[in-house]
Amino acid sequence: MAYISGIGCISPQHTMDNEVFLEEAVNQQALFLQCIQPNSYKEFINPILSRRLSKIIKMGITSALISLKDAGIENPGAVITGTGLGCVEDTEKFLMTMLDNKETLLNPTNFMQSTYNTISSQIAIILKCFNYNSTYVHRGFSFESAVMDALDLMANGDAENALVGGIDELTGNHFQITSLLGNWRQEAENNLELLHHPGKGTIPGEGSVFFTLTKEQQNSSYCELKGIKMYYKPANFFGVWIKIKMLLEEHNLTEEDIDLLVMGTNGNQETDIYYPQIHSSLFPNTSVASFKHLCGEYYTASAFGLWLAANIIKRQTVPTVCQFKGETPSNIRNIILYNHYAGDQHSVMLLSRC
Amino acid sequence: MSKRIFITGIGMISAIGKNIPDTFLSLSESRSGLGRIKWLDTVHKDEILVAEVPFSNEELAAMAKVKSLDGYTRTTLLAIIAASEAVNSANIKDMLEMTTGLISGNTVGGMDKSEIYYYDYLKERKGNSYIETHDCADSTEKLADLFGISSFVTTVSTACSSAANAMMLGARMIQNGSLQRVIAGGTECLTKFHINGFNSLKILDPNPCKPFDKNRMGINLGEGAGYVILEGEEALLTPERIICELSGWGNACEAFHQTASSPDGNGAYLAMKKALDMSGLKPSDITYINAHGTGTDNNDVSEGHAIEHLFGDTIPHVSSTKPFTGHTTSAAGVIESIISILGMKNNMIFPNLNFSEQIEELKFKPVKQLIPNIDQKHVLSNSFGFGGNNTALIFSQYS
Repeated sequence: MAYISGIGCISPQHTMDNEVFLEEAVNQQALFLQCIQPNSYKEFINPILSRRLSKIIKMGITSALISLKDAGIENPGAVITGTGLGCVEDTEKFLMTMLDNKETLLNPTNFMQSTYNTISSQIAIILKCFNYNSTYVHRGFSFESAVMDALDLMANGDAENALVGGIDELTGNHFQITSLLGNWRQEAENNLELLHHPGKGTIPGEGSVFFTLTKEQQNSSYCELKGIKMYYKPANFFGVWIKIKMLLEEHNLTEEDIDLLVMGTNGNQETDIYYPQIHSSLFPNTSVASFKHLCGEYYTASAFGLWLAANIIKRQTVPTVCQFKGETPSNIRNIILYNHYAGDQHSVMLLSRC
Repeated sequence: MSKRIFITGIGMISAIGKNIPDTFLSLSESRSGLGRIKWLDTVHKDEILVAEVPFSNEELAAMAKVKSLDGYTRTTLLAIIAASEAVNSANIKDMLEMTTGLISGNTVGGMDKSEIYYYDYLKERKGNSYIETHDCADSTEKLADLFGISSFVTTVSTACSSAANAMMLGARMIQNGSLQRVIAGGTECLTKFHINGFNSLKILDPNPCKPFDKNRMGINLGEGAGYVILEGEEALLTPERIICELSGWGNACEAFHQTASSPDGNGAYLAMKKALDMSGLKPSDITYINAHGTGTDNNDVSEGHAIEHLFGDTIPHVSSTKPFTGHTTSAAGVIESIISILGMKNNMIFPNLNFSEQIEELKFKPVKQLIPNIDQKHVLSNSFGFGGNNTALIFSQYS
C-alpha cells in the first residue's frame, strides 16, 4: 500500500489544473475523445526538445512533471509507465514512410521514439533519475501492472516513492483501423450522455495520467491506495467477485465499509454486464460513480478512473456528472475502483481516506 | 514468503536451435546462426546478415501445434514453442496446482503482419485476423490461453531488456508471496520495421558482428523466444528439479539518451552493482559475464567500462553470444540468460565469436574460444535497452 500524493492528468476533460475538479464537463460530440492539451508545453519541456516530440510524449512528460510538483518530489525512487499502444504516432509515421519509400530514406527519429518505453526513459533523462525504470504494455493491465510493481518496490523498501503513469494516445489512423473491429459507436454523440444510451460499442478516448505514490502520508496526499488485484479472462463475474473479497479481507474490511464504487461502465451493453453483477452481488446498497463518458475507452482508462476516485475521496464529493447510481454518500471512507477492458482484463483497486 | 528463487524449466528457440538440446549443440560446436534472410520480405535481404529462425511460419505452426495461422504472428509462434518446452522441462502437469503467473517481454508485437496489411486496413478498409495481433500483449495472451493462466498475466516492454525485466518481476512476485510459480521470458520476430529502424540509425553490421572488437561495425539482428519457469521455496521442489538459482537482479536507468549509452556506462554499472549487492556475492565470485555486447561502437566501450568499474583488476570471463543468435532484442535477456545457464551447468564458457583485436580503451579481451571444463558457481547476464533501461541478472549453481 501507498499514498497517492501527487497527480498530473491530461485528458479529454479540463483536468490539468489540480485546483479544479470537473466543474465544467466537456461534451466533444465526436466519434472519439481527444485530450485537451495545454496551450503551450514551454513551461514543462525545453522548446528545442519539444519540437521533436509527438503529442503523447509531450503529454506524458508534462503530466509526470505536474504530478511530481503536486507531491513536492523532485527525483522519484522509480519511474514506471503503463501503455497499451505506446507511441502510436511515431510508429505510424515510421511505418508509413517505410512502406511509401520502399524501405529507403528513413529518418531514425520516429523509430527511436516509437518504442513503448520512450516516455518512461524521457522522464528519467529530464529528471536525471537513475533509479528503477520499467514499462508495461498489456492492454487493460498496462497501468495496473505499473501500479502493482510500484507498490511492491515500496513494500520491499526498494523505493520510498514512485512515479506511475497510464498513457495512451488515439490517432486518426488507429481509430480508422480499429473501427474495422466494430467496437466503436457508428455516429458521433454527446459523450456526457453515453452511459444513458447503452448499445453496441463505445466511444474510444485517450489520456495521460501520472501519480506520485509515497510510502508515507504527506500533506499533499489524496488518499491511501491500499491494494490492487487483477484477473485475466474470468469465466464469469464470479472470478472478479472472489478477487474483491480477497482484497477486502486482506485489509480487514467488509462490503459495508465500501462507501462508493467507481466503475468503468462504457455504454457497450455486451461487456458492461459485469458491472451491475458485481454491484448487485456484493454492494447492492452502495452508490456508483462512473468515468468513461468523460475520458472514453482506452487501455489505460483505469488511470483516469483512479484520478477520479482519488479526487472524490480527497474532496469528499462526487461531481454530478459522475453520479451513476444512488446518492452521494455523506462520508466516503473507502472506494472500490473496478474496471475491465473488453471483458478480458479485469482490475480492482481499493482506496481509503487518509 | 520465499527468499530464494529457483529455475525449474527452460525453453528457447532461435537461429541456433529449435529447442535446448539443439541450442546446446550449436553453442558447443561454435556454430553461428547468422546468414541471409530467407523468410522476411525486405529490400535489405542481400545487404545484411541476420539470425533468422530457419523455419517458415507454417513449419513453426506445426511445431507449436497451432492448426490455423489465423491470428498467429511469428512472435506468437516462437513464444508458444519456447514456452511449451520450458513447461515440459519443468515437468508441469497441472498448471493450477499452484498460483502461476505469466510475464513476457516484447516490443515489436505483431508488426510482422501490420507492415504487410497496414494499407489494406487503412485505405482498402479490409480487415483480417491480424488487426488485433498488432500490440505486444497479443502473444502473451495466446500463451495464457494455451496454458490456462488467469491469476496474473502481463507484458513488459523496455526494448532490448524486456525479457530480463520480465524475469525480474516474476522473481519479485514470488518473493512477495503473490505468485508461487511464474513463466517468464520474452519473444520477438524479425520485422521490416525494426530492421529498417536499426538500419536508419546506421548501426547494422553488413558482416558477422564482432562484439568487443576494435573494428566492430554494429549489430546483426536476430529473432527468437525463451522462457524460464521460476519457483519459490514453497513450491513442490525436489533438488533434482532445480536447474539453478536466480540469485540477484538489478534494474537501473541510464537517463542519458534515448538510443545511446553513456561513455562511462553508469547505467550498466548501477544495474550490475544492484544485482551483485542483492545476491550477497563478491565481484570475484562471478566467473562469467554474458555481456549485452551488441557490437556497436557505443555499447561495447560503455559496457566494458562499467565492467571494469565494478570488477576492477579481476575481470571475469566475458563474452557476447550475439554472434551466435544475433541481437534478439526483446527476447535477448532470456535467451542469453539461458545460454549462460547452459554454460554454467555444463562447465563451459561459450566464446565471443569473430573477435580478433582488443578495444584500445578497454583493459580486457572477451573469451575468444570455447573454454571447456571450467567450474562456474555464479554467472551474470546483462541486458540493456533503448532509453537506458538496463538490467543485470545473476544465476548460481544450486547448493
